[in-house]
Amino acid sequence: MAFYGFFIGLRLPESIVRGMRGEKRLARNGDMLVIMQSKKVLGIEGTAWSLSAAIVGHDRVYAEAGHPYVPETGGIHPMAAAQHHASHIAPIIRQVLDSGVGFDGVAFSRGPGLGPCLRTVATAARALALAYDVPLIGVNHCVAHIEVGRWQTGCHDPVVLYVSGANSQVIAFRRGRYRVFGETLDIGIGNALDKFGRHLGLQHPGGPKIEALAREGKSYIKMPYVVKGMDLSFSGMMSAAKEAAATHSKEDVCFSLQENAFAMLVEVTERALAHTGKDEVLIGGGVGANGRLQAMLDAMCKDRGAKFYAPPRKFFGDNGSMIAYTGLIQLEHGMTLDIADSAVLPNYRTDDVVIPWL
Amino acid sequence: MEKRGAEAVVELFPDRVIKTRVPKSYRIPELDERLRSERTRAEAKIISEARRAGIPTPIVYDVRQYALVMEFVDGRPMKEVITPELSRAVGVLVGRLHKAGLIHGDLTTSNMILRGDVIYMIDFGLSFWDGTLEARGVDVHVYYQTLISSHEDHEALMDAFAEGYRAAFPEAADDVLRRVKEIEYRGRYKTETP
Repeated sequence: MAFYGFFIGLRLPESIVRGMRGEKRLARNGDMLVIMQSKKVLGIEGTAWSLSAAIVGHDRVYAEAGHPYVPETGGIHPMAAAQHHASHIAPIIRQVLDSGVGFDGVAFSRGPGLGPCLRTVATAARALALAYDVPLIGVNHCVAHIEVGRWQTGCHDPVVLYVSGANSQVIAFRRGRYRVFGETLDIGIGNALDKFGRHLGLQHPGGPKIEALAREGKSYIKMPYVVKGMDLSFSGMMSAAKEAAATHSKEDVCFSLQENAFAMLVEVTERALAHTGKDEVLIGGGVGANGRLQAMLDAMCKDRGAKFYAPPRKFFGDNGSMIAYTGLIQLEHGMTLDIADSAVLPNYRTDDVVIPWL
Repeated sequence: MEKRGAEAVVELFPDRVIKTRVPKSYRIPELDERLRSERTRAEAKIISEARRAGIPTPIVYDVRQYALVMEFVDGRPMKEVITPELSRAVGVLVGRLHKAGLIHGDLTTSNMILRGDVIYMIDFGLSFWDGTLEARGVDVHVYYQTLISSHEDHEALMDAFAEGYRAAFPEAADDVLRRVKEIEYRGRYKTETP
């Protein structure tokens, strides 16, 4: 008969651990079923607009609290965002601590991001790690988007389309790291959409409002489509969209802008699939929540015999859970930081991080 | 025989190849048709411009709406036969191409064919017009990466390439080759090098 027990801190062979994804950490051990009381990590995200903290284990998100920065006018002002984070970080950490869930490490978004925001979050993380006497873990924000997606969808070794405000990258694992195969040469697609939203007089963030307007659009207005190998450029397209807005309906311009920009993103994703020979595609980052972009990626994958994965909606935008989860797997691989070496890295690159778990 | 890339299907016949850009269901038809026909015409134009600049390329027999009919260059891929001497000759060809304001965009040793003692460049599907240092640097960087990842004596091959490139494009070669080194040291590419 099966025997159920809790083993705290038990280390399973790598082959067993790797096979475990999803709800419970169940491992078959001869006739015995072992439920592991896995570790948990408290993670804090605060690279730009999002300020969010969470406690996460392998099985689920135990607690999460957030307080996003919403600019009164225009886009994100780095100092104002940092000031916002400084004012709200204590209450949101208090909220997750009040859940009563314990944790074995404190993770923070170390970069890339806005320097003042990163420093605010890092200061809080260091204080927490010292107060609770647990390891401090510095997490790369882009890697966290990938890992939370792998965790939530169960895909294994995907080509990742990572599309957020500042980032538009096609990433895939090769030789120990997530490599950037292609990226924007000028602005991130999210920032491009937000800027165009402001041009139309829409409130920040513009992306979801543009998506809604685009659904009503019918005729495609020709715009520059710039793909160079696996790299992209959006600036010419943005100028054309602003010009078109003077003479065409909002709906048609939004429709054309989305069709044009997303086709570029899907095309470079397909190139990366062909180049790497992989057969999974994962989408992540705030713009990834866009239904039209997801439908296009899904169509491309179906045509190529690849599988398309999208995490639940709440994991697209920047969130504390993705930092906590990535911190958790880093903790299990000994990737922790001494306080003295924990300076933030505003230009932290995806491929700066050695990935030992894939 | 048929080869399927990310955007085109290439059918090989004894006397010609037909490269057809296939429709993509994820794009709206208007955009899809525009891109496929624009790119087909651009590729034909770049191939003939490269020929005029002194780079052996397949002869384009016919430009259809979404397809190019071209000469089948029956030889051995550079990947299998490369020597420092041939790499120097590749350097001369790339120097001429860049001097003409063109970027190949996919300079791998599979995209060069040796027929007799002539090196042909093929697959201009990712080519574009660009006279900037950065574009030229990335073009050469791609070639170097192929050498590093698949050829033992890549250092001699890279040196020979640089020699040929300098000979064909003396006015810009040093700046381009310096930029190639900078590109290698950038985070993005640094870790690509084994």
